[in-house]
Amino acid sequence: MTTTSSALPLPASFAFDRRVQRPLVILLALAAPLIALAMGKSWVRVLDFALLYVLLAIGLNLVVGFAGLLDLGYIAFYAVGAYTWAFLASPHFGIHLPFWIVLPLGAAFAALAGIALGFPTLRLRGDYLAIVTLGFGEIIRIFMNNLNQPINITNGPQGIDSIDPLTIAGLDLSRDLDLFGFQISSLLLYYYAFLACVVFAIILVRRLQISRIGRAWAAIRDDELAAKAIGIDTRMMKLLAFALGATFGGVSGGLFAAFQGFVSPESFSLMESIVVLTMIVLGGMGNLAGVIVGAIMLTALPELLRHFAVPMQMALFGKTLLDPEVLRMLLLSLAMIVMMLVRPAGLLPARTRYAHRDRRNA
Amino acid sequence: METFLQQTLNGLVSGSIYALVALGYTMVYGILGLINFAHGELVMIGALVALQTVTLLNAAVPGLHPVILLLAGVAVAVPVCMAVGYLIERIGYRRLRNAPRLAPLITAIGVSFLLQTLAMIIWGREFHVFPQLVSTTPMQPMDGVVVSPLQIFTIVVAFALMGGLMLLVNKSRLGRAMRATAENHRVAGLMGINANGVIAATFIIGSGLAALAGVLFASNYAIAHYAMGFTPGLKAFTAAVLGGIGNLPGAMVGGLVLGLVESFGAGYIEHLTFGFLNSSYQDIFAFMILGAVLIFRPSGLLGERVADRA
Amino acid sequence: MITLLESRAVNKRFGGLKALTDVSLTIRKGEVYGLIGPNGAGKTTFFNVLTGAYAIDGGEFVMNGAELPAATPHLVVQHGIARTFQNIRLFRELTALENVMAGHHIRSSAGVWGILTQSRAAREEERLMQERALEILDYVGIGRHADTVARNLSYGDQRRLEIARALATEPQLLALDEPAAGMNATETVGLRTLVETIRGDGITVLLIEHDVKLIMGLCDRVAVLDFGKKIAEGTPAEVQRDPDVIRAYLGGHRAH
Ligand SMILES: Nc1ncnc2c1ncn2[C@@H]1O[C@H](COP(=O)(O)OP(=O)(O)O)[C@@H](O)[C@H]1O
Ligand SMILES: [Mg+2]
Repeated sequence: MTTTSSALPLPASFAFDRRVQRPLVILLALAAPLIALAMGKSWVRVLDFALLYVLLAIGLNLVVGFAGLLDLGYIAFYAVGAYTWAFLASPHFGIHLPFWIVLPLGAAFAALAGIALGFPTLRLRGDYLAIVTLGFGEIIRIFMNNLNQPINITNGPQGIDSIDPLTIAGLDLSRDLDLFGFQISSLLLYYYAFLACVVFAIILVRRLQISRIGRAWAAIRDDELAAKAIGIDTRMMKLLAFALGATFGGVSGGLFAAFQGFVSPESFSLMESIVVLTMIVLGGMGNLAGVIVGAIMLTALPELLRHFAVPMQMALFGKTLLDPEVLRMLLLSLAMIVMMLVRPAGLLPARTRYAHRDRRNA
Repeated sequence: METFLQQTLNGLVSGSIYALVALGYTMVYGILGLINFAHGELVMIGALVALQTVTLLNAAVPGLHPVILLLAGVAVAVPVCMAVGYLIERIGYRRLRNAPRLAPLITAIGVSFLLQTLAMIIWGREFHVFPQLVSTTPMQPMDGVVVSPLQIFTIVVAFALMGGLMLLVNKSRLGRAMRATAENHRVAGLMGINANGVIAATFIIGSGLAALAGVLFASNYAIAHYAMGFTPGLKAFTAAVLGGIGNLPGAMVGGLVLGLVESFGAGYIEHLTFGFLNSSYQDIFAFMILGAVLIFRPSGLLGERVADRA
Repeated sequence: MITLLESRAVNKRFGGLKALTDVSLTIRKGEVYGLIGPNGAGKTTFFNVLTGAYAIDGGEFVMNGAELPAATPHLVVQHGIARTFQNIRLFRELTALENVMAGHHIRSSAGVWGILTQSRAAREEERLMQERALEILDYVGIGRHADTVARNLSYGDQRRLEIARALATEPQLLALDEPAAGMNATETVGLRTLVETIRGDGITVLLIEHDVKLIMGLCDRVAVLDFGKKIAEGTPAEVQRDPDVIRAYLGGHRAH
């Protein structure tokens, strides 16, 4: 390939020292919702969703970026997690289990779904997987839409509402917290809960990445035949990536159901899978920091378009030629194509490490 | 017996359309080893461009014979799709031939969504009624079996196109070059074949077939829509895998078998699942077949023929 | 002399083409065994069938007295066979160090749980693996490039890295497919020294090579393939005198 990952031409002062960079990122992550709150509650909501997407993108990155398996039905695992929560913690069946049961169960179901799907398909030609997972995503959606009869399981297209919120140690995150006379918004509570999940996920994924398993995945991605030739059981390793990635999807799905209080098949369309895929393509497949930035950018995109693109078009043409939703699809599809053609290493090209040592050359 | 004949007929109609689309997938996969996700969108573009042409022409010159309208629609839709198919290859995939495995696949998905979005911008989100240019008046050749001229027309046109393609591939110089390139790009190059030209030709031919399939599809369902290419695209790919990817006769057989299975399956799914699933699940048949083929016979019914990429 | 690997009447067909016909060889422990023959003779195919990359159509391989599993490359490695490829196949986005550490995969055992919790055993194993990988890189002479991404290495160093990665699987038999192809004279001499060192350390080497001089200087015994058949076997000197071999090499201008 000719287009390699040259570093961005940034001024030297911009390339922070590691020791400065890390505290700065932590500070930013902690302060972000407070800044957003100053701009209006809806922006905090956007941040909450951004964190859920970050979680999803981290999981999909494990499958696509590390192991090189193109999963186009990833959102189905998100759906499995969300519906697990909706079934087991809502008035729909009258079951109200606590999060520490529902969330692991959702993750486990998602992992099982991943194994069930991966087991027959992963021994095949790599690119068949893309189409099989695409089909799988659609099947799950068709079932969600139609399993309201003869027995009402999913409540069909209407979806399930009044879902139990996330309640940790008696603290209901859906209510504003009154702390010594200060009102702490529910949106902030969710933000910090999700942030904790994201940090935990990053730690786990980093550990996997710098391990014999992470290297085996990268080996399969770079050259499957050579990976086999050094004794890697490629099928098992792919299955592992698939199941672990699905687990992340299941967890974020459960959190999504709790946060939103409502799930319906509409939230799990193919478009959502594509959005998450674009997040990791933008960030640079395999590169965790880039993937996180990509996820945040794309979650904020619809809001930004709503706030800026519409008024801008009004000012320029006197009417809205492209509504924000169309504009978003246009930008997403163009992003995918242009990134692959021009910057396959992502917007923030960074070396992904698979050993504890630093790399010399970029 | 009557329902059996009726289901067979219905299956042949949709199956022959799947087959036309499947040919495009299989030709490209056979040569490049790439799933051209955007191929289904060419079905949609073909249908919508034909519809636009027919509408404009009808407004400009009212009272034209439907057959002339149909021919005009096809005459515009086919070259437009060929051009789009060519551009996709030229601008997108060609640069990625030696890129890491996932790059062309992701590009293909991006192209697919781009085409859908552009169609949405041009033609809006609504469903458009596709005019009945070939009569759909039902005829009853025997008790309980209903067939329309449109259905017969569809089957005849699809088979004629498939026959023409087989002639082209087996008898013409271009066909020989295509087969050689599918065998091995480098060797084909050594034999003095212009691989780039052959690959472009493959995209152009496949896109033309997709345009015609789009017109037939829209005629049969009387509807056209920016997202209409997705499902037939997916099903056609299934048909291509079912028949053996890279294998032209396989794509035709796969398309027809898929059409028939779907047609019969939709009729019997309630019995099969004891009333648990009804015909709204018809679309998952294709996926179930795809799953079954991949598990039990991944090289397809007639065997796959794929370029050696090593 | 102890037999390490034996191939018994191995056959491989590609459609109508007989790429290997009843090929029987015996490789002894500790020797450098050369496999030569004109282009298209079936040498690489022999490697592919041996290592399980291709299914075998007849015959069998016996390693240390046990039959090798067919068509499962990752199991063949566990029996102590490692290979390199005629056209280099490295993990291009990994550093040299990481490539070699990947080669350690089957000689390490940390599981998901140990890795996620960073158990003491997992951390210790990871540390040892890295140490060992650095040693191997030094051994093949590219220690200073440990942190260079594989695709940025020079051609000769990529060849060495591939050998290092294969050595990391701790093989008894190292199968090298034209390791000197594309190397200049200096690099070839270096390679020759490396193979001799490897043999000196008790690893048996199976060597496909075009460079007749290299083969003759390096190998203890040689087999000659032509059109998928073994036409001669013996010491380099014997083989060089064999009339069939001379005919195969001199008479053969072929399509491949
Ligand atoms: N995967 C394959 N499919 C079809 N034919 C092959 C394949 N691999 C090798 N061959 C054929 O088998 C013969 C032996 O090839 P090979 O083992 O690569 O020869 P060598 O390594 O001795 O030059 C050649 O005619 C080659 O074209
Ligand atoms: Mg060879």
